[in-house]
Amino acid sequence: GPLSERRLMDVRLGELPVWLATRDLSPQGLLGGVQKAWSSYYDKYINVKRGGPAGISMLLAGYCLLSYGWNYQHISKISFLVSV
Amino acid sequence: VLHTTRPLHTTQQCLVPLPPLPEKGGEVRYGLIPEEFFQFLYPKTGVTGPYMLGTGLLLYFLSKEIYVINHETVAAACTLSVIIYGVKKYGSRVAAFADKLNEEKVANVLAVKNEAIKDLETAIEQEKKEQWRVEGRSYLFDAKRNNIAMLLETNYRERLLTVYNEVKKRLDYHVAMQNLKRQKEQDHMIQWVEKNVVQSITPQQQKESIAKCILDLKALSKSAQAAV
Repeated sequence: GPLSERRLMDVRLGELPVWLATRDLSPQGLLGGVQKAWSSYYDKYINVKRGGPAGISMLLAGYCLLSYGWNYQHISKISFLVSV
Repeated sequence: VLHTTRPLHTTQQCLVPLPPLPEKGGEVRYGLIPEEFFQFLYPKTGVTGPYMLGTGLLLYFLSKEIYVINHETVAAACTLSVIIYGVKKYGSRVAAFADKLNEEKVANVLAVKNEAIKDLETAIEQEKKEQWRVEGRSYLFDAKRNNIAMLLETNYRERLLTVYNEVKKRLDYHVAMQNLKRQKEQDHMIQWVEKNVVQSITPQQQKESIAKCILDLKALSKSAQAAV
């Protein structure tokens, strides 16, 4: 279909900047996008009858990675590595 | 005016009844990586592709010190091992417990729904019975009319009886009056006649009648003696 209506997974790598330009990047648009992403994740992994550890473990792993990324500058310093 | 050619309820989403929740979540391997990633790499790299990618990335991060091994690595390793042991050992029991809770909730709500359905069905039956009863209305009114007619008839006859009794009493009074008058007249006349007759009997006549009676008695006794 037309570029503006395709989802992220259906967009080819070369068309990515063009596709980004067609998205709604206002605060409401971004918020809507975040809500849609969360609700699709929630409906797929958490809001099921018999879920498993996968639902929250992926969230926790993502949180670990994110916090590692935020603290990388600090923990890669020699002063920090030596102190502990 | 409703256009019969216009289709109804084609685009509007119907909110009830809600679609049931899916049974299982999306497939995830090792609890961390969704199955879609493996399927995404399968056509190009086969089954071992994602594992090679993972190993390569890990070694790259370690060697280039993008991931720095520090005290937190040890802590993370211990925590992860404890968590994985706990999940593997008690996961099924926790899942069974949660399933039981869910079952109870669903059973309660189902019970409420079935109660409501049963109540409505009994209400429907009673309504049908009432509708059947309505058909007997005419009989009911006929019976009532009969009752009223009987009451009126009874009342009329009672009054008729009262009238009859009253009239009879009055007539009886008149008859009794006449009888009494007649009786009194008769008695009075008899008394008067007797008095006059007694007065008219002179003493001479009395003596003669007594002598006659004695003579008759003697004759009778002679005839009686003769008979015996």
